Amino acid sequence: MISIEGVRLERGGRTVLSGLDLTLAERRIGVVGANGSGKSSFARLVNGLLLPSAGRVTVDGLDTRREAKAVRRKVGFLFQNPDNQIVYPTVGEDLAFGLKGRGLAKPEIAERVAATLNRFGLEGFGDRLVHELSGGERQLVALAGVMILEPEWLVLDEPTTLLDRRNARAIMAAVAAMPQNVLLVTHDLTLLADFDRVLVFEAGRLATDAAPAAAIDAYLRIAG
Amino acid sequence: MSTRDIVLIALFAALMAALGAFPPLMIPAIAVPVTAQSMGPMLAGGILGAKRGALSMLLFVVLVAAGLPLLSGGRGGLAIFAGPTAGFIFGWIVAAFATGLVVERFWAKLTFVTAFLAAAAGGIVLLYAIGIPWISLVGGVPLATAATGSAAFIPGDLIKAGLAAAAIVMVRRAYPMIRQEDRWRTAPSDDLD
Amino acid sequence: MIAGLYRAGDSPLHRTGAGTKLLALVLFGTLLLSVASPIVAAGGLLLVLGLYLAAGFGARIFLAQLRPVALVLVLLALAQLWLSTPSEALLLVLRFAALVLAAGLVTLTTRTADLVASLERRLSPLARLGLDVGKISLAVSLAIRFIPAVGQIAAEVREAQIARGRRPSPVSLVVPLIVRLLKMADEIAEAIDARS
Repeated sequence: MISIEGVRLERGGRTVLSGLDLTLAERRIGVVGANGSGKSSFARLVNGLLLPSAGRVTVDGLDTRREAKAVRRKVGFLFQNPDNQIVYPTVGEDLAFGLKGRGLAKPEIAERVAATLNRFGLEGFGDRLVHELSGGERQLVALAGVMILEPEWLVLDEPTTLLDRRNARAIMAAVAAMPQNVLLVTHDLTLLADFDRVLVFEAGRLATDAAPAAAIDAYLRIAG
Repeated sequence: MSTRDIVLIALFAALMAALGAFPPLMIPAIAVPVTAQSMGPMLAGGILGAKRGALSMLLFVVLVAAGLPLLSGGRGGLAIFAGPTAGFIFGWIVAAFATGLVVERFWAKLTFVTAFLAAAAGGIVLLYAIGIPWISLVGGVPLATAATGSAAFIPGDLIKAGLAAAAIVMVRRAYPMIRQEDRWRTAPSDDLD
Repeated sequence: MIAGLYRAGDSPLHRTGAGTKLLALVLFGTLLLSVASPIVAAGGLLLVLGLYLAAGFGARIFLAQLRPVALVLVLLALAQLWLSTPSEALLLVLRFAALVLAAGLVTLTTRTADLVASLERRLSPLARLGLDVGKISLAVSLAIRFIPAVGQIAAEVREAQIARGRRPSPVSLVVPLIVRLLKMADEIAEAIDARS
């Protein structure tokens, strides 16, 4: 469970988010809002990439400020642009990156890399160069790089914005099959139809917090 | 050193490689083709500051030594470092450091002129102060001879210092790095063990 | 990884470890520079020539190694002839040819990844002195990963400027390129932190 208590967030002297009090426990949570509404900052608060200027954020009781490392183990994060997220030259090395940081032995790393490649339909991609992959393949590799660490939550910040419809569907299909709790920030309302809960942000505040149908209605009214 | 510092060092080493692939600039006044790559140390020092700038050049030199053909014209490998002009390659590390040091010092009121002086001090004066004695020492020729042979490159390097200075001043306006330090990053970004 | 200068092969030289070859290169260079005799230098050159043949490399590859230093070497030899003796000039040329060719041979027969791994192994004892080998290895991997990406961005910037009808100048290419790199750096660092 993620709990956000009395949170305000300032960036560069400007208030980006304020008056946030909520707990997240549903398996599928959507986050929508216009550009600059604060929804991406909200996503970053949840795994401690940003720390609140006031109030606190906890994940299963772990404070993002004091226990950043433990929080990041629980909460994986997929960014919009896979190009800036994949840090190693080949697919296999990149998947191994997070595992090495956890001090796993080499054979175990190799085993988990192979299993993860399989699970994401990336068999035979281990030695492929990242810069030779298509945009969709790269996003899939980035997702695999997050999931290989077996987080309990997955936060996705507009993961399909740079993809065509076919690749976007492939990513969302992979996400849908996950047992993990998912927090999805998106502009694409069609992705949220079968979600449990949708948060609508407007000008740094949580404007609506409801089931998808009601929340999307409210969002369309705001977006006009 | 934060994760972001590591990333910046790596990206500027990659930028050096990209500069090596730029087509040589033809400058009519001196009729010698000039490679963009030696702008790299001036840019790295002037934009990242002394320490990160020098480390990015060190990283680039290591990659070249490890066999990547990243020097302009697709050169690379250990052979470069066995040659008589290796001092100019090693000198890039010091050149970036010196340029960065001067730019940091004048950061508050950095103008084209101070940026040019920084780039010229590091990327020309110091670079030649390392490269010329190196040739003289390993090539067994007097300093004056080595200096005369290197002098042909000075006009091109002065132009590059001017270009680098213009770029440093413009980047500083668009995205001030040296003092921008984590303006809006509040999360602890170091410790990536 | 970007294509290195490595030439695949199955010779004993290819199979020798990177560290061994580097050590041999250092010893060879030291020996060559400490004995001031054209005969020793010529012997060294012949030895290297033999090693090229043993590694399966022909005259074309051999000469290609010398090309980048050829001009400087000729100039230095001329300076020596003029300032000193023909034997000094000969010694200089032979020494450098042997040294440059030997260094080139290590590069030709060793994969970049093996050289980097060997470097990391050699640095790891320094961890006790506070050197963070993990960070060094991350920096090396990041640079190799982003070399093609940065080249790609440079090409995009150039294209965009040509499309807007201006002839790209070095400054107008470099400034937007660097600003994009600086912004990318924030995101890349964030993504690394998120996974660490």
